[in-house]
Amino acid sequence: MSEAFEPTIIAYTCHFCPYEMADKAGEQGLSYPTNVSIIEVPCTGRIDVIHLLRAFQDGADGVYVVACKEGECHHKTGNLVAKKRLQYTKKILDDLEIGSERLEMRYIMTGEVPHFARIAQEMTDKIRALGPNPVKNGGAAHKA
Amino acid sequence: MIVAEQKPLKEIIAMTSPFKKLLIVGCNECVTVCHAGGRKEVEQLAAALAMAAQKDGRPLEIKEVTLERCCDPEYIEQVRPFIDQYEAVLSCACSVGTQYFADTYPTKWALPALNTSFMGGSLAQGIWAERCAGCGNCILHETGGICPIARCSKRMLNGPCGGSTGGHCEVNPDIPCGWQLIWDRLVALGRTPDYAKIMAAKDWNTSRDGGPRKIVREDLTI
Repeated sequence: MSEAFEPTIIAYTCHFCPYEMADKAGEQGLSYPTNVSIIEVPCTGRIDVIHLLRAFQDGADGVYVVACKEGECHHKTGNLVAKKRLQYTKKILDDLEIGSERLEMRYIMTGEVPHFARIAQEMTDKIRALGPNPVKNGGAAHKA
Repeated sequence: MIVAEQKPLKEIIAMTSPFKKLLIVGCNECVTVCHAGGRKEVEQLAAALAMAAQKDGRPLEIKEVTLERCCDPEYIEQVRPFIDQYEAVLSCACSVGTQYFADTYPTKWALPALNTSFMGGSLAQGIWAERCAGCGNCILHETGGICPIARCSKRMLNGPCGGSTGGHCEVNPDIPCGWQLIWDRLVALGRTPDYAKIMAAKDWNTSRDGGPRKIVREDLTI
């Protein structure tokens, strides 16, 4: 693994508590690694298995979902649905020998502004240690 | 409906890895409803197989298509214009659909992506249970609408076996005893005397004992 490896990380982020905290982190000038690209979703319950797989297929080294804390979902159970879909996707990633540890779920409550930056840093450190997504180093597979 | 589930991904990868051009076909009927082989599952499987190939450095071209139904010849015909561009069909239909591909396109490999499990229905979101064993001679009118063939693990016809305990089956305590269910229904219907009627030994010729079955409706044939 090259020391110069900088991971590409996708953070599917709920529009409510987590995205608001990401926004506020920016307002407050808190920095987080540029490796993380945020995709805002109306609720983490909207995230399907294919969205997580596509991120890895398109070259993400790590993916995490940032949800409202359990019991705090604005749509009642969206984060619980997301948690189950993550578990299902983790099994696929293990079967593919990509590694389920590249996919994580994290929770943020309103007011936890520094937590967003902290999670981004933790995920970046973790994925950097894991190295590149093995799919990226492969051959010429493509979809017709 | 026919209830199926996807085979383990590693098994699918192993069976498809010899091919460089793969047509993945889903079905809009039963396997869509039980989330095993509809358009969404085809998309997920295609993404997973593409990644497996990419990781191994194998070239793989995938086309995804989901047909209205894979157990009628006219729908299977819909892939004819482009099937020659692919080496194999990975069927996300039930095993009926997979066999229709094999029959219709004799020179193409037809690979099953699913394990076809049973005829049943959903109990709740994400949970399905067997309700019919396709014995070919329905006796639900004699058993309160609960099938002893599909719902009794031993297919008993005249009451439960000695393994029925507290309404549960000895095969697995999570399985309700079919005959307990029948008794409860007869009580609810006020038909408990029916329980004492002795059912004759079943003629299994209408089931698999008579070999592969076929129904011909002369009034419908063209």
